[in-house]
Amino acid sequence: MLDLVRTVPIEYYLLYSTVLFIIGVFGVLIRRNAIIVLMCVEIMLNAVNLLLAAFSTYLGDAQGQIMVFFIMVVAAAEAAVGLGILVMIYRNTKSTDISLLDKLRF
Amino acid sequence: MQQLIPLIPLLPLIGFVINGLFGKNLSKTLVGAIGSGALLGSFILTWMCFHQVGASGPIQSVAYEFMRIDQLHINFGFLVDQLSVWMMLIVTGVGFLIHVYSIGYMHDDKGFYKFFAYLNLFIFSMLLLVMGDNFLVLFFGWEGVGLCSYLLIGFWYENRDFGTAARKAFIMNRIGDLGLLLGMFLIWRTFGSLNYAEVFSQVSGADPALLTTICLLLFVGAMGKSAQIPLYTWLPDAMAGPTPVSALIHAATMVTAGVYLVARCNAMYSLAPDAMHVVAVIGLATSIFAAVIGLRQNDIKKVLAYSTVSQLGLMFLALGMGAYSTAIFHVTTHAFFKALLFLAAGSVIHGMGGEQDIRNMGGLRKYMPVTFWVFLIGTFAISGFPLMAGFFSKDEIFAMTYAHGGPLWWGLGGLSAMITAIYMCRLLYVTFFGEFRGTDTQKHHIHESPLVMTVPLMVLALLSLVGGFLNTPHFLHLGNPQWLAHWFAGNGVTNIPVIPMPEVHLEESTEWSLMIFTTSLAVLVITALYMVYQKTRNLPVADTAQTGLTKLVANKFYVDEIYNALFVKPIEKLSKFLYHYVDIQGVDGVVNGTGSGVQFIGGLFRRLQNGNIEYYLIGMVIGAAALMLTLFL
Repeated sequence: MLDLVRTVPIEYYLLYSTVLFIIGVFGVLIRRNAIIVLMCVEIMLNAVNLLLAAFSTYLGDAQGQIMVFFIMVVAAAEAAVGLGILVMIYRNTKSTDISLLDKLRF
Repeated sequence: MQQLIPLIPLLPLIGFVINGLFGKNLSKTLVGAIGSGALLGSFILTWMCFHQVGASGPIQSVAYEFMRIDQLHINFGFLVDQLSVWMMLIVTGVGFLIHVYSIGYMHDDKGFYKFFAYLNLFIFSMLLLVMGDNFLVLFFGWEGVGLCSYLLIGFWYENRDFGTAARKAFIMNRIGDLGLLLGMFLIWRTFGSLNYAEVFSQVSGADPALLTTICLLLFVGAMGKSAQIPLYTWLPDAMAGPTPVSALIHAATMVTAGVYLVARCNAMYSLAPDAMHVVAVIGLATSIFAAVIGLRQNDIKKVLAYSTVSQLGLMFLALGMGAYSTAIFHVTTHAFFKALLFLAAGSVIHGMGGEQDIRNMGGLRKYMPVTFWVFLIGTFAISGFPLMAGFFSKDEIFAMTYAHGGPLWWGLGGLSAMITAIYMCRLLYVTFFGEFRGTDTQKHHIHESPLVMTVPLMVLALLSLVGGFLNTPHFLHLGNPQWLAHWFAGNGVTNIPVIPMPEVHLEESTEWSLMIFTTSLAVLVITALYMVYQKTRNLPVADTAQTGLTKLVANKFYVDEIYNALFVKPIEKLSKFLYHYVDIQGVDGVVNGTGSGVQFIGGLFRRLQNGNIEYYLIGMVIGAAALMLTLFL
């Protein structure tokens, strides 16, 4: 298993994670549909997860993978809360467009 | 006995607390009983102290250590020696009579309980003033009586003028208090203590110039409290208070605090002849000046007020002549007859339903016989009618003035006494003789006061009759000559006399002729004025009809107006300037400028927070990226 992972050089993992992360960031920044924004946040989290798992395997240290599990748990909770808020927003505004949410200001 | 000493001021304080806190719900009888009862208790204890002091000398008692700061070490201590026990007797004795009188006088007032609470607080402060064994306790009492005076002058505070009079009294007293305070600071710096015994045992070695300064500063305090030129104008205005207050505070006790202060510090004053001279000059000037103003006043209480100022002047004259015990003797007799006169005047005002102008009175002899007789006794006593209280005390003052100051001083003092007799007789005759000049409703209303008021009057009248025999001159060989002076000459705590015996080096024949001269003058004035007012029905004219010198006198020499123009108006102008330019434009400008500056900067930055989530997200990403960059760089 270890060898299988190591057949791909670490640089590739790095590059792949970075690309995923940037896709996530841009998704968050330019999309206006709140569901897609949430999904992009998940992409960013998973990009980090992947990187953690890769490094943990290369270094032979299980701590990174334990971290991944933690992040997955937190992400699940975050998604649940986020979707909950989203449902409420939808009920109130009949829309999931985040640019309509501009009441939080001076 | 020593343990009971703190109880003497404590009883009126308890009375004040009970009446002040719960008096509203108590019956008037109970409030009056508590107020007067507290005083009666104090008086009895004081009487016991008086005997103890006579038998075994001064009593000292320390209630607790008040403060200890570095070298400054002050006890809240009481010193009951010959001088203070005498003052305590006057304060509690006359105070008790006036309390009883007030039960009748204030009976219909809605502030009845408050009145008694204030009166008890006053007695407490006054007792502290005379009982303290150091200057700080005296200062406590000094300020306390000033406060009570303010509260009681403004007792009927719905009337704006009364409130103003109260403020005037308070402010003028504060000017004097500053002098007293500075004097105390200087005493501390010079002698390293504020305790009487410690200070007075060191005075002989002190720098005379410094001693003179201390004495003058203390005298400034006395000027304010005892209404001497130039700080006397508050006392006539203080008549705005209820009449018992005028009798107790502004005649019998508080205003004599200045005399007490100087007499207490006699060890210092005796070594500062220049200060003594100032005291004598101010006293004499005040005495004549106030007496002259008293000639043309038509408010029954105002006449008595100027008379009080004038008599206080005589006391300071005596102090300036080194006759300290004589001054206290006059304090005593003055407390009797001036309290009597004020209370009798109060009885008149009570009977007339609030009328104070003597031009609307007249013929009251028929309607108020008791009041008339006691007022007559008071008038004769203050005028120096033979063998009455004022006769002995004034005669002693003049004898001392003649002995130490010479004929000129004596003559001027005699002039003041003569004017006193004139205005007092004018007051007596215009008020009680002739025909009634008030309105019909007043004539219908007029009545003799109830017993609760007349009995204290009669007691005071008796005291005014016999009070002079406390200190008869040697050459008369009456009773126990110079008893009071001998009493004060008893040894104090430091084994020196509390007040040394006054030294008179006069021939007996000189004393006799002085006495006969002043006495015949007084009798002459009394008779002459009886002629003027009884036979010719010569009545004081209306204010507007007065011209020339009489107008000047009737308007009190325009002293109030001069003070207004000299001090009040410039200070008002300065205050307005400070208010408009320094406060509003300066201080407020800085404060408001700080506020609006912060608001302006905030206004700039608040645009960042526009509520747009994408905008926030971009900000977050840029921020995170910048953080990462700084980590790498």
